[in-house]
Amino acid sequence: MSSFPDRTTAALVIALGVLGAVRAIAGGTQAAAPPDAQTAATQHADLAAIAPVSKGEDELVGHYGYGAVPTAQQIEGWSIAVQPDGTGLPPGHGSVSQGADIFASQCAACHGTFGEGEGRYPKLASDSKLTDEHPVKAVGNFWPYATTVWDYINRAMPFPAPHSLSPDEVYAVTAYVLNLNNLVGDDFVADRTTLPKVVMPNRFGFILRDPRPDTHDVACMSDCRKPSDIHITSSAEHVGLTPRTTGPLDEMEPK
Amino acid sequence: MQKSLQTQAGAGAAPPGRRFLLKGGIAATGATLLGAAAARAAAQPDAPPAAPPADPDWSRSLGPGVDDRPYGQPSHFEKDVIRRNVPWLTAGTQSSVSFTPLQHQDGIITANGLFFERYHAGRPTVDPAQHRLMIHGMVDRPLLLDIEDLRRFPSESRIHFIECPANGGMEWRGAQLNSLQFTHGMIGCAEWTGVRLSTLFGETGIKPGAAWVLAEGADGAHMDRSIPLAKCLDDCMVIYGQNGEALRPEQGYPMRLLVPGWQGNINVKWLRRLQIGTQPWFTREETAQYTESMPDGMARAFTWAIYAKSVVTFPCPERPMKGAGLYEIRGLAWSGNGRISRVDISTDGGITWRPATLQPPVLSKALTRFTAEWRWDGKPAMVQSRAVDETGFVQPTIAQLRAIRGTSPIYNNNSIQTWQVKADGSVFNVQLS
Repeated sequence: MSSFPDRTTAALVIALGVLGAVRAIAGGTQAAAPPDAQTAATQHADLAAIAPVSKGEDELVGHYGYGAVPTAQQIEGWSIAVQPDGTGLPPGHGSVSQGADIFASQCAACHGTFGEGEGRYPKLASDSKLTDEHPVKAVGNFWPYATTVWDYINRAMPFPAPHSLSPDEVYAVTAYVLNLNNLVGDDFVADRTTLPKVVMPNRFGFILRDPRPDTHDVACMSDCRKPSDIHITSSAEHVGLTPRTTGPLDEMEPK
Repeated sequence: MQKSLQTQAGAGAAPPGRRFLLKGGIAATGATLLGAAAARAAAQPDAPPAAPPADPDWSRSLGPGVDDRPYGQPSHFEKDVIRRNVPWLTAGTQSSVSFTPLQHQDGIITANGLFFERYHAGRPTVDPAQHRLMIHGMVDRPLLLDIEDLRRFPSESRIHFIECPANGGMEWRGAQLNSLQFTHGMIGCAEWTGVRLSTLFGETGIKPGAAWVLAEGADGAHMDRSIPLAKCLDDCMVIYGQNGEALRPEQGYPMRLLVPGWQGNINVKWLRRLQIGTQPWFTREETAQYTESMPDGMARAFTWAIYAKSVVTFPCPERPMKGAGLYEIRGLAWSGNGRISRVDISTDGGITWRPATLQPPVLSKALTRFTAEWRWDGKPAMVQSRAVDETGFVQPTIAQLRAIRGTSPIYNNNSIQTWQVKADGSVFNVQLS
């Protein structure tokens, strides 16, 4: 399984990722059938088959009776996760220009004014190609969904004060970040209907079914290699990146 | 008891000890020893530590009592054995990692104070009285549990490793870190106590069509991952106990998810929410992070399982050889796909291999100790270990992995580690062709 689906089949791979993922569990290291061998019908049937409802022989719902049943208001208040299709996005909206102001005060210290990243903090925009020797993975060239950008900003940012922005502010910052990546125009207004429609270039850039094992060695015991074939390709001896492992914690400066 | 008291008295016990001795009715014996010890000390003031009478200061004095350390600590002579971080690796320490000192781990259990840390927004201080776990979504009866509720459910204890998939991630382009702690220390193994998710999901019921579970933490990152329901029902647990005490804050106090054999970040710490649904959520941590970039630009996602891996923990860069002679090579092996079935050792860079001895217990998805006798002739050597698990999977070389996956995956480097032993006994991290 060392070949990779090309981008035309990637959508199918994504769709079947759920299936393959669970098969990997059920079948140990057995690789699932290739994606193009699957049909929507079998996919649907298999999905049903891998959704076991395990109430157990003796276990009935509420058998133990511990804890409390949360109220609808509690559940709504806790449910911050946003799905790729936008499910979970709250009411509200925010524009690119509003986002620029919020970004400058709340985000730029780490991410740079234009998302270029300060120090080792993450770059939010990059021209890097994912096939580069050292790919820089940012929002525009790597993230598969605009909706999950909103989710992440909402749940985890700003880094020193997570989950402190209002929904409108998160919409605005999301709009600005998407604009930095040339994914939306300057007049874009993000809300629960516009975000799911943003086309993300790397939408089909993920292989969702684990292709491992992708090595298939046998445990050779003798004459496994010719001595002349073995040479040291790299050594950490003189690299100078290793913090000390005795004494107080090392405070070596970033390289 | 009597003997130890005599020894203490002989070393010139302080008044409380004398009083204790007198109550024990052995004062005469103590006084005799006291005189003898004083005479020895006077006769041999500069005696080397191991020379007779071999009675150092701590054997001639009274130690602190049982109220001295209500919570115990390692000997202060072990002060170097600590978690350490790589300052240049991350922008700050709050979204970073510290490494377990595997070079000093004796046995398969990682001490709670040495278990590696991975934070995405620092370590939250969670008040257990206020913390709740909510289970909701496609369930018949949503549930809100506090820690006391959780502890009432039927409990199990299991020994499993947790490894960050970025363990060894700095080595994809070449040998970088000359240290076992930093090449392999994003792993720990503990006895975890908690409740099976199948028990909790039995209590809530699960609606037909449900297939995925979102686990979310109470840290500032609200760290979240999607997990197939089948895995949750197979062997996942909500954990509150770690090696016989409450889960450490670094590990998710008061409760965390345990996803045996799967990459560390899925074992969501400070667990506050489990939502059941039909599709994965494609969270940032399973798309933008924790995915492996391949040479063609595609990225592998949902590569959850830790494949078989091993490393020699002696010798290693931190624990060099000291002259030719007979040694016991020691190491750790593990697999997220089951038990380790064998480990082979090479001292010639992989030309010849011989089986190591697996030291019990050999547990599924747990660190497994291996040993092998080695008579070192004092000549340069290349020490390697190669794990095989019960699925038959054989641990690959870094050259093999690079040929398939390139140099940018970051994650899931389970390659054979090579330690170069030089004639002077020093040990270096190298990679071979």
